[in-house]
Amino acid sequence: MKITREEVKRVALLARLQLSEEEESRLTEQLDNILQYMEKLGRLDTTNVEPLAHAVDIVNAFREDRVTNEPQPESLLANAPDRENTFFKVPKIIE
Amino acid sequence: MSLHELTIHELAARLKQREISSVDVTQSIFARIEATEERIGSYITLCQESALAEARRADERLKAGGRSSPLLGIPIALKDIFITKGIRTTCSSKILDNFVPPYDGMAVAKLKNAGAVIVGKTNMDEFAMGSSTENSAFSVTRNPWNVERVPGGSSGGSAAAVAADQCIAALGTDTGGSIRQPAACCGIVGLKPTYGRVSRFGVIAFASSLDQVGPMAKDTADCALLLEAVAGHDPADSTSVPAPVAAYATNLDGKMTGVKLGLPKEYFISGMQPEVEQAVKAAVRQMEQNGAEIIDVSLPHTEYAVAVYYIIATAEASSNLARYDGMKYGYRARGKDLAETYFRTRQEGFGPEVKRRIMLGTYALSAGYYDAYYVKAQKVRALIKKDFDEAFKKCDLIVTPTSPTTAFKIGEKTADPLQMYLSDIFTISVNLAGLPGLSLPCGFDNEGMPIGMQIIGKHFDEARMLKIAHAYESATEWHKTKPKLS
Amino acid sequence: MNYEPVIGLEVHAQMLTASKIFCGCATRFGDAPNDNTCPVCMGFPGVLPVLNKRVVEFAIRLGLATHCEISRRSRFARKNYFYPDLPKGYQISQYELPVCEHGYLEIGAGEGKKKIRLTRIHMEEDAGKNIHEARGDYSLVDLNRTGVPLLEIVSEPDIRSSAEAGNYLRNLRAIVQYLEVCDGNMEEGSFRCDANVSVRPVGAQELGTKVEIKNLNSFKAVEKAIDSEIERQIHTLSEGGKLVQETRLWDAEREVTRSMRSKEFAHDYRYFPDPDLLPLVVDDKWIAEIESSLPELPAAREQRFVNQYGLPRYDAEVLTGRRDVADYFETAVKLHGNPKAISNWVMGDLFRVIKERKLDEALRIREWPVPAEHLAAMIKMIDEGKISGKIAKSVFSEMLASGAAPETIVREKGLEQVSDTASIEAAVDQVIAGNPKVVADYRGGNEKSFGFFVGQVMKATQGKASPQIVNEILRRKLAAQ
Repeated sequence: MKITREEVKRVALLARLQLSEEEESRLTEQLDNILQYMEKLGRLDTTNVEPLAHAVDIVNAFREDRVTNEPQPESLLANAPDRENTFFKVPKIIE
Repeated sequence: MSLHELTIHELAARLKQREISSVDVTQSIFARIEATEERIGSYITLCQESALAEARRADERLKAGGRSSPLLGIPIALKDIFITKGIRTTCSSKILDNFVPPYDGMAVAKLKNAGAVIVGKTNMDEFAMGSSTENSAFSVTRNPWNVERVPGGSSGGSAAAVAADQCIAALGTDTGGSIRQPAACCGIVGLKPTYGRVSRFGVIAFASSLDQVGPMAKDTADCALLLEAVAGHDPADSTSVPAPVAAYATNLDGKMTGVKLGLPKEYFISGMQPEVEQAVKAAVRQMEQNGAEIIDVSLPHTEYAVAVYYIIATAEASSNLARYDGMKYGYRARGKDLAETYFRTRQEGFGPEVKRRIMLGTYALSAGYYDAYYVKAQKVRALIKKDFDEAFKKCDLIVTPTSPTTAFKIGEKTADPLQMYLSDIFTISVNLAGLPGLSLPCGFDNEGMPIGMQIIGKHFDEARMLKIAHAYESATEWHKTKPKLS
Repeated sequence: MNYEPVIGLEVHAQMLTASKIFCGCATRFGDAPNDNTCPVCMGFPGVLPVLNKRVVEFAIRLGLATHCEISRRSRFARKNYFYPDLPKGYQISQYELPVCEHGYLEIGAGEGKKKIRLTRIHMEEDAGKNIHEARGDYSLVDLNRTGVPLLEIVSEPDIRSSAEAGNYLRNLRAIVQYLEVCDGNMEEGSFRCDANVSVRPVGAQELGTKVEIKNLNSFKAVEKAIDSEIERQIHTLSEGGKLVQETRLWDAEREVTRSMRSKEFAHDYRYFPDPDLLPLVVDDKWIAEIESSLPELPAAREQRFVNQYGLPRYDAEVLTGRRDVADYFETAVKLHGNPKAISNWVMGDLFRVIKERKLDEALRIREWPVPAEHLAAMIKMIDEGKISGKIAKSVFSEMLASGAAPETIVREKGLEQVSDTASIEAAVDQVIAGNPKVVADYRGGNEKSFGFFVGQVMKATQGKASPQIVNEILRRKLAAQ
């Protein structure tokens, strides 16, 4: 067993997915299958190998410290599921 | 031939001579769509009104004369992963069902500046996760060669549209094969450039270190033209590379004498559909006859590629898709409080494949597993890249089949996700190594389904890749065959 | 059982760049909600971050000023969690490879001087603001602040008391202000502090259970919260209770720390290197350039003020508390070499005006109520006996009101001190002659009535007589018989 149902629950929590019972079962089986397949990576000796950060070897992409944007709240809020004036309106956050 | 059956280069000449107008071409395209779309289902959103307006503007520019892009007035389709200002962009997901972006992505902006006509947004696997376009939340796209079959994925809509002459050419994206494999399934040419060649700004992100934008077209010359139009450094994309854009379309001279083509033994193993192996080998023999030198090479870590890909891509995706939370845009479910809103929105908004990959990716990054999975995968990725570096010391280009099989039946592979993942085996390493790769037609199987051959190049060597592909293409007729859509 | 407190501080400093860390939006405070936003900082689909070069410069500046090792190669990482003020669902920060490491800050002086080590300094983006509506079941989100660049400064748990913590914060704030990387305003939120507090038996090596305290909005709050928490922890342990590793909020009204509402979800931030950003490579040349542009730092300047100007430590500390004040002071001293007098006037009358006019709210005062040149000239006139200290007060007021130079004011108002002995003698004689009873009083032993005479002489001379000369002549004449 690579992954248990408990772990699937934990991961679903982290990912904010409210899985049904049936989905949980199915995913446990499917993910287990996939993770078993991934085992093969463990067979490779990668002791002195650096993880590949980027496929192409470039560094340092910068921009200058200048304000280049104009206010455009209306266009940015046009897709908001809910709003109040130029605020996004969201279900209450409980601290 | 009708206008919609032509290529960019054929149309560009006639448009420039003013023998035809962009409006003519555009109308021809929309008529074709009307006649075929019910059967194929390539498009999610059609932009007929704005397209005709763009065509009229293109005609003005053509009338005024002067220098212009070969794309001026040409109807192009865009995979619904491209952010288009004012045009609904869904990524084939319910979670973006009614999303209308307030800005244009860079590739789209470049096409617009060149005067291309945007036909519409094509269907895809949701968030580019899939190899058949069956994971679309909205509709099924069918392969124009056989409507019981998938068009491939995730850029299936774009591939089908090009194959069915529902657009002159299209843009797709490729993360693990999503341009090349559907191109092979639909008998067209599809090219994934070197990572960093084309800006990712305005492309809905799946896996940041793997995604690339590329052309999908009826022949190699069109691919070259379309690539030239969108390639180049973009300061808005930190990962875009400031390498000069070669004139890809001018180097296509039909010659392949002296080019060294590597054949990796790991890509010619059993389990492939026999006709696929035969067709690719026949193509290789033909290229040898035309002056290419065939060299045996080895990419020993190929068998690990699928595992590496499905850890890295899903890990990056799990983070990239966190922004779909119902707070700022897109779908929002009803919930009694904030927590419930999050859980339900994402549960209801995402399809099963997307959820599966988010789960896998979240797991791979989670405490206790990060080193064993994510870091390990990035290390093996380095080994896979090194394989290519070594192989390219001996050859100029690498040739393989694009996919182990031709287009499978709709519904055939949906039961076992792992089986679906394994079908990406030939394309996936190319993304991991950041190399350019293209697929072009090299035959048909016994059922008349297209077979694709993949050519892989060195970093930023798209010019040579296109040149050799074009040379092979010129010596064959595969690209001239079109599906019969009665 | 005796316990010792072990404290570490995490400070988030908002950087004074014009634009945000990953996009070209303004970092201005106080604009209309969601005015300073764009698809990038709002986390729209398809957007990508591009690093503001000045942010890196500021980070290196601070790293150099705090004796850190500047990493030649560092990376940005994603910190993944869900919250409405975090539009991408992750914060771009630095994790395994921060830009600066292993520095220190000194607190205290002389014998009490102590090094507080810095674990790291790294760059990250700020989140937006949630506004909780008291009525109703919803909250409002303003993303203006999302993407404002922050420097996170993490100290080792080297701090041993709330006083040291306060000290550390003041020193750190002075440094960031000197460097002009941050305006250090805790009340407005540009300089934030979280405290990590634990206790352990004196002499023990292991650390006790760590508690993080948030919601500290002033230096006083930090000190009070630390004291309160130390007391709570010691009390709990002494009673045989167990401490939970948790985050607590400081309740400024009731002056206690409160446990946060039980967090349903354990934090697993799943840090990984951000694939949208390239590795950051810093070379020696860049570091040298930045190093050469560093100003003299507060601690060094304070010491120099003590050594060079012979000022008491208190004065030096106050004057170097702000770089602009220290600059003002030195400008004045260069013009007239009486550091103590200048210090007194600056810390007294000048500071009073500055506070009244709220000029100190700016990071750098540009328009001084009285230019340094004028203050120096005025003090010079006092020292040369041209005006008395008392007259100087009115000269100062006039300078404030009109902006005129002191010499002009003195001349126009005829405030020159009378040092001419003859006229003072005449005035003294007049006063003595006119007040025989008080003279008799004084000669009879009432020392206090001397002041009466001084007052009268000053009145007779419109306050312009040199006090020293008046005193001297009065004493002489009153003593004589």
